Amino acid sequence: MSKHTLATLVAGLAILILLPFTQSNYGVFVLCSWLVYSISAMGLNLTLGYAGQVSLAQASFMGIGAYMTALMTMAGVPWPVAMIAAMVLCFVIGFLLGYPALRVQHHFLAFITLAFNALVVLVLRNEEWLTGGTYGIVGIPRPEVLGLPTQTPLAFYFFVLALFVLMAAALYAIIRSPWGRTFKALRENPIRANSLGVDIRKTTLLAFAIGSSYGGLAGSLLAQLTQFIDPHSFGLTVSLKVLLMVIVGGAGFFFGPILGALLIVLAPEFLRFTEGYYLMIYATLVIVLMVFCPTGLLGLVERARTALKLKQNPNATTWEAGR
Amino acid sequence: MDTFFQLFVSGLATGSIYALAAIGFTLLWQASQTINFAQGEFIMLPAFLVLAGTQFLGLSFPVAMAIALVLSLLLLGLGFKRIIIDPLLPHGVLPIVIATIALGILMKESVKQFYTAEAQPFPALFSDRTLNVLGAAISVQDIAVLLIALGAVALLQLFLNRTKIGRCMQATAQNPNVAEILGVPVRRMILYTFLINGTLAFLASILISPIYLAKFSNGETLGLIAFIAAIVGGFNQIRGALAGGLLIGVIDNLSAAYVSASYRSAVPLILLIIIILVRPQGLLGKAEGRTV
Repeated sequence: MSKHTLATLVAGLAILILLPFTQSNYGVFVLCSWLVYSISAMGLNLTLGYAGQVSLAQASFMGIGAYMTALMTMAGVPWPVAMIAAMVLCFVIGFLLGYPALRVQHHFLAFITLAFNALVVLVLRNEEWLTGGTYGIVGIPRPEVLGLPTQTPLAFYFFVLALFVLMAAALYAIIRSPWGRTFKALRENPIRANSLGVDIRKTTLLAFAIGSSYGGLAGSLLAQLTQFIDPHSFGLTVSLKVLLMVIVGGAGFFFGPILGALLIVLAPEFLRFTEGYYLMIYATLVIVLMVFCPTGLLGLVERARTALKLKQNPNATTWEAGR
Repeated sequence: MDTFFQLFVSGLATGSIYALAAIGFTLLWQASQTINFAQGEFIMLPAFLVLAGTQFLGLSFPVAMAIALVLSLLLLGLGFKRIIIDPLLPHGVLPIVIATIALGILMKESVKQFYTAEAQPFPALFSDRTLNVLGAAISVQDIAVLLIALGAVALLQLFLNRTKIGRCMQATAQNPNVAEILGVPVRRMILYTFLINGTLAFLASILISPIYLAKFSNGETLGLIAFIAAIVGGFNQIRGALAGGLLIGVIDNLSAAYVSASYRSAVPLILLIIIILVRPQGLLGKAEGRTV
């Protein structure tokens, strides 16, 4: 990591720490949801951006994580246990779901996850004895961290921020590890990666399972943030929303999903004045973005940077300039 | 037994409409590797075009239908290809998936905002009389829908297999590069595919709207079911999409009555998962030779 990047990171973190003090309770809530969705999108980015698999089930993992945490903490289980259990459960389900799907062929994962998401919502809606059906679960407690309660929006924000930084660091370590680099090799050229001894299926499967457990943690936090969950919050539309975060920000870029989540969470706030036209404007923006910049916003930045370097040093090849 | 037969026939009728949508999916996939997530909204829209023609412009029903058909071809065929698919095709499947999802939202919200959020009755094309067949009450509408949809599929098959243009389209679907070398105007063939998809969407729309009512959110269910039907039958086969559509229609209708109303929509989903695991090429599909 260069000095430059490190300085940017420290500045970014400082902003994240100071920003909520300037916000109303509602502003802090929006920031919290951004961080929570970022965690979910980071996980999907591992599956999609690095391992190259389209999953349409990230919201269902958030749902599983949310209901698991809600049910366990309300039954008196301490929050760290509940949240870790939620992550482990999502990891296992991701593994079980991906194993047969990837055995078949890669884009079938998209179809299987699509069906899986719809099934999870059906179960959440119909098994009223456990999940409260369409009424959902109300009054999910917020955790007490190191003896301090997180009832206030600000305290809960810092709890979420801490977990966000932790998960981002973990993801960075995973991607930078030799094992994580095989993802990139896989995405760039699966056949060559295979010939170099990469077990394609195992690597992809693990990426999917880890990505799912990130979804589980995000769901867990979402349950505590809103203190209310219902099946509607984890439907296919939400999966698509998370997918959109990854694509809009830039799949395969580390900060892509974080930027994407910021835009997708904030867009409704900015477009609120348009009332009924909000979704139409939003959908049009997405189409325009896809047509003009299918690699996402960070892809656009990358392209501009490459072009600039080429201008400064016309003799460099595109490949060198892209470094 | 009578109820079973009744459910079976009405399942076939709705299934044949799903099949029209699923065939459109299959054609687009074959011609240009396009997965259209707005397919459901493509079926939702033409009915509203007809309604807008009769209610706002005071046109007679047949004229409104004709104009809606032309608009469907222009918007859902030509416009969709030119504005969304052409610029995105070089970038692979994923941006197309995202863009068509967004397109679906745009179409749905536009209808809701500019027309109405209420379900609109759509004029029935056929009488709602029922016939007594083997002790079961079968509606004329169901039979007519089934016949029209199957007739359209048969026509399409004849067109693809017996005419020069149809064969050129098939050549394009199988291998665009070789087709190009052999002198097939590949780009025009792909355009024809999009126009056919627009026509099928129009047909499905006017057949299903009298049964379901015209509603802006109809696309959600229709799209998912058409999608499942295409995969279950075989993504690369028109026969497969037809079989898939009929099968899903029948299973959906029967499971509502015999399994459980609340888990009704789970049955096609579970079928989808089983098919993908056991026979990923679909019931009638051919395995694709490509590995990457």
